[in-house]
Amino acid sequence: MLSRREFFHLAAATAALPATALNFRSAMAKQKVMQQDLLQFDSLGQVTLLHFTDMHAQLVPIYFREPTVNLGVGEVRGLPPHITGKDFLHKYGIGPGTPEAYALTDQDFTSMAKSYGKVGGVDRMATLVKAIRAERPDNTLLLDGGDTWQGSYTSLKTGGADMVDVQNALGIDAMTAHWEFTYGVDRVKELQDSLNFPFLASNVRDTEWQEDVFEAIKYFDKGGVKIAVIGQAFPYTPIANPRYLMPNWSFGINEDNMKKRVADAQAAGADLIVLLSHNGFDVDRKLAARVPGIDVILTGHTHDALPAPVKVGNTLLIASGSHGKFLSRLDLKVEGKKVTDYNFRLIPVFSDVIEPDKDMAALVQKVREPHMAEISRELGHTEDLLYRRGNFNGTFDDVICQALLAERDAEIALSPGFRWGASLLPGQAITVDDVHHHTAITYPNVYRTEMTGEFLKTILEDVADNLFNTDPYYQQGGDMVRVGGMSYTIDINKKIGSRISNMTSLKTGAAIDPSKKYVVAGWASVNEGTEGPPAYDLVSGYIQNQKVVKVPDNQTVKVVGA
Amino acid sequence: MTETQLTLSRRQALKGVSAFALTLVAAGLLAPGAHADAAAVDAAIKKLVKGTPEDGKIKLDLPQIAENGNTVPVAFEVDSPMSKDDYVKTVHLFAEGNPSPEVASFHFTPQSGMARASTRMRMAGTQNVVVVAEMSNGKVYMAKQQVKVTIGGCGG
Repeated sequence: MLSRREFFHLAAATAALPATALNFRSAMAKQKVMQQDLLQFDSLGQVTLLHFTDMHAQLVPIYFREPTVNLGVGEVRGLPPHITGKDFLHKYGIGPGTPEAYALTDQDFTSMAKSYGKVGGVDRMATLVKAIRAERPDNTLLLDGGDTWQGSYTSLKTGGADMVDVQNALGIDAMTAHWEFTYGVDRVKELQDSLNFPFLASNVRDTEWQEDVFEAIKYFDKGGVKIAVIGQAFPYTPIANPRYLMPNWSFGINEDNMKKRVADAQAAGADLIVLLSHNGFDVDRKLAARVPGIDVILTGHTHDALPAPVKVGNTLLIASGSHGKFLSRLDLKVEGKKVTDYNFRLIPVFSDVIEPDKDMAALVQKVREPHMAEISRELGHTEDLLYRRGNFNGTFDDVICQALLAERDAEIALSPGFRWGASLLPGQAITVDDVHHHTAITYPNVYRTEMTGEFLKTILEDVADNLFNTDPYYQQGGDMVRVGGMSYTIDINKKIGSRISNMTSLKTGAAIDPSKKYVVAGWASVNEGTEGPPAYDLVSGYIQNQKVVKVPDNQTVKVVGA
Repeated sequence: MTETQLTLSRRQALKGVSAFALTLVAAGLLAPGAHADAAAVDAAIKKLVKGTPEDGKIKLDLPQIAENGNTVPVAFEVDSPMSKDDYVKTVHLFAEGNPSPEVASFHFTPQSGMARASTRMRMAGTQNVVVVAEMSNGKVYMAKQQVKVTIGGCGG
């Protein structure tokens, strides 16, 4: 039952917390946080929505550092989730050094991580879910926003099956998807058949007949409320990921389709319409303003964790973070097909204070056991904090770029701006498991090729426009491509073609010549037939050779207009 | 629903089809050489239609970002009663990045019932797609949307 263990010795904190923020007031007075503090919640209304998203196959507790840089452009400049660090703490009235400051920002991360410990772990998640279901047995829906089947050694080796077992054991009520599709259409269909719940994707059609490939809406009855859950898969899956893995499926945001789905739900008599989305936060914010009638959007894809809902018209937008680090709880009072009151809490899954659920812990053990010898193999140690999140670079990506340059004898390295991957503290061992947290994909080959300076600029401009286009509907999520061996300047407020300047080779100190060819190593190409060693093997080999990984302060990207 | 497949054959006219007639000006889609631009599209519109186009009436259905630049679905619908006195006569499809700005013209009659069509275009790069509708009363409407063709591979 509830743990009495005392783990958190909090730094002095006096900040007043808004009711919607993580409520640790009483806990802080006692200088500790316990499981019951995390579960403390004033129940309300007929419906409890539980949501997590972008778990990226993280079965066991990890460290996860939120970004230092997460810029918004145009109308969303400076709005959540485009605030970080001290500004974030100020905006939400969170005191520095508090558990929620540790959970939600990058501030003083290493020492906070040592005090507060790891986050996530599906056995801890299961404990929270079971406790809330026990309290609200006839009112609770558990919804998974996708990116659940990919991101670990075991998920890659089992083709996502390990996560399906976990989802079934958690008792998920519905999911949507993105990285799931990178296992290919046959595998997706196969795994879908073994789910105890619907795989919802209202925006996926076959290109031949323009028919739905998946179920679009699932109706639930909770607390006397008819709930419609509409699923929206990541709209740019066949562009951001290899099209050859899903050649006959078409995606897209498809606003008109969403309007039709909402109308269908209304016609079916739904009292509450919930969009389980993998659009990304800014896309959903725009969608909410243009598609009326959605009561709640459970956002995903962009990995944002917000301690309070963002309201657009009558729509509540929830951002539940990533990697199993948070579980969102939203209680809703529904009267006359309208939400008349709500209570929300973004619950941080602090691994050290939550009693692991025994059944789920056994399942995790069963899944990992056959691979344990390999995944626990230590490759080396890190001298510096390793993390991925940030618009322009992350230290784990710096290590990957070092590895690409060294192991493939290249002048320039390109590594994709993925937002998934756990953090490692200075002094920690780096295991095969850890490397896979940053590289476990189904198209992992590291290419070595020649590119002209002009083509390199085209790539940077293209990716920058995916991130900093002022129209969210043209954004693909993800961060800027990581670059090794080259520095550049980016003006985020310019248009495509004029954002990137001052491209300079770090090796020679000379400006990148548009007409000259450079040897480039990179991975995660969306082109079929890309040849080269898998990134996880190449990076593992590099770390093994280095024994100790060091990451010099990265000053290679100069940002203008932030 | 009225759906017409656009074949990428050379200049070809399908006149007198019951629902509507489709005139293809798709010639040159595959030809190398200079691309049109916004000014060329403006000039082409001036050449084809009388009057200054207004915003409104046209609903476009095309992706923000193309999944496959070789075959981008493009669809439109023009809001009109399609009666004898008030109907959509012609809808022109332009692409700023096409070698020639004119892609296709769709001719309608009141018997068409509705003014909508869908087709597929090949796009070598990011560009605006422009749709211009000429109404029976002489009014002209225009809608424009950018379709991006990206290198891809970095979302997530």
